[in-house]
Amino acid sequence: MEYLARFLIGGLVVSAFAMLGDVLRPKTFAGLFGAAPSVALATLAITLWQHTAGYAATEARTMMWGAIALFACSVAVCQLLMWPRWNALPATLAALIVWLAVAFSLHFLLEANA
Amino acid sequence: MIVKFSSSSLKDGRWYEYVVRFMLGGAATVFTGLIASGFGPAVGGLFLALPAVFCASATLIEQHEERHKRQAGLSGHRRGQQAAGLDAVGAALGSIGMPGFALVFAMMAQQSAPTAFALALLTWCVISVAAWWIWEQVRASLRSRRTKHFSAPSSKRADAVGTVRR
Repeated sequence: MEYLARFLIGGLVVSAFAMLGDVLRPKTFAGLFGAAPSVALATLAITLWQHTAGYAATEARTMMWGAIALFACSVAVCQLLMWPRWNALPATLAALIVWLAVAFSLHFLLEANA
Repeated sequence: MIVKFSSSSLKDGRWYEYVVRFMLGGAATVFTGLIASGFGPAVGGLFLALPAVFCASATLIEQHEERHKRQAGLSGHRRGQQAAGLDAVGAALGSIGMPGFALVFAMMAQQSAPTAFALALLTWCVISVAAWWIWEQVRASLRSRRTKHFSAPSSKRADAVGTVRR
């Protein structure tokens, strides 16, 4: 039941931000909504309902490293599309590796020392 | 650069594209929950900024642009890549606001949940839009400098080139 609620709420919030991005121009401005905290909004709302505020605050704190990794991932996608001229699907899938590498490197470097 | 509202892309969209986005968004939220319950909130938190939907949205933008160009009798392959690239630039600018969202939420969550959500979202909006605005100003100024350079008389341009070489 909990995971069904997660699926529905996550799907709705992500679709709402994606549609907002669809109706706005120019394309770079619309692209802002591709990095909207839609999954974070849905997940943190459910976390607050199930766990304590401290638990949600811990999730939000490490989300910062994920967000920096998202920046690196977006820059990587842009470069792969512009210079080696990859298509969007392989470029975004390859950039997921960049996201994982940056997010976990920052997490282990900064959280292990904290 | 003025931000405009255009409903034409909603009309261009196919029903299955909305289903794909809904499914991916739902799956990413479920996946984040599973990671948090398996590995704890610190690792789960990383996945709150997972680019799960980015993959689908960039591919859809590329396909839309290619479809438009194909209807006009052109291949549209390069145009599709460029449109997806512009979307990725926007996503990079939007991700600049994400650490702000996370920081404000982490600081406010224990006081009041609705205030934490509202302030965090506002922080994301302000930082992302400011980053986009600065980016557009820099781009416009570079473009106008380039235009001035190429429209200058050839003797002046030769001087300018000479100055740079020196």
